[in-house]
Amino acid sequence: MNILTSIPISHYLLLCSLLFCIGVTGVLIKRNALVILMSVELMINSINLLLAAFSAYSNDPAGQIFVFFIMVVAAAEVAIGLAIIVLIYKTTHSIDIDVLNKLKW
Amino acid sequence: MFSNFIFYFLSILALYSGMMVLLSKKPIHSVLYLTLTFFAIGGHYILLNAQFLAIVHIIVYAGAIMVLFLFTVMLLNLNKDERSPKPFWVKAAAIISGIMLGLILIGVFRGYDLHAGQHPVESQIGLVKELGRILYRDYMLPFEVTSILFLTAMVGAVLLGKKEQI
Repeated sequence: MNILTSIPISHYLLLCSLLFCIGVTGVLIKRNALVILMSVELMINSINLLLAAFSAYSNDPAGQIFVFFIMVVAAAEVAIGLAIIVLIYKTTHSIDIDVLNKLKW
Repeated sequence: MFSNFIFYFLSILALYSGMMVLLSKKPIHSVLYLTLTFFAIGGHYILLNAQFLAIVHIIVYAGAIMVLFLFTVMLLNLNKDERSPKPFWVKAAAIISGIMLGLILIGVFRGYDLHAGQHPVESQIGLVKELGRILYRDYMLPFEVTSILFLTAMVGAVLLGKKEQI
């Protein structure tokens, strides 16, 4: 059940590039600040998967350690980001970025 | 052969639910599709024998971050959709930009010989014991610094959640 010899690394590169581009398109298209944050999380996850794949294919544990730290930072960032979004909604009653396009409300 | 099939199935699942995150009308559907994407990526980690990462990924992302998103979506009660949507040319430009980024990324790695530095053996580096040994021996300082990062994130989140004016 060893996929390292049967699936070339280019398949993982293709999968992660497509997931990353879906995330980028999500950040550009969507107006809801929550969905934009979710698209950023999708981008981060595609990079995590790619790092883990290269780490497995090169037998180098540094990739998986890096994924561990990226997950740590992403978790902290989501907590703070959601707190900010809830605070924005409490003061302006909207999380639509086309409405919130001024630096000073 | 069976693992090939699992790889392609998980890839199609991840790509499909990633697309549905964008194409959903309601934010709650986007959150649920993103959770499905995270489970598919967790399956990919198990395929790569990165067991520690798979468990941490499921616990942190599907178990904590998605629960936070669900709570926020339900707290904000975002069912009102009466605002005017983005103009069509903006959406078309964004989709074309995404497709072009995809083509650039694919075009970059097509010309490379990717088998040069690979030593694909069934290794043990994904197991908890090996990864923990390397984490606590070589990467001890970043590990301690991330604890300070978590402390600041917790302080920031509590501060942002306070009711009274500061």
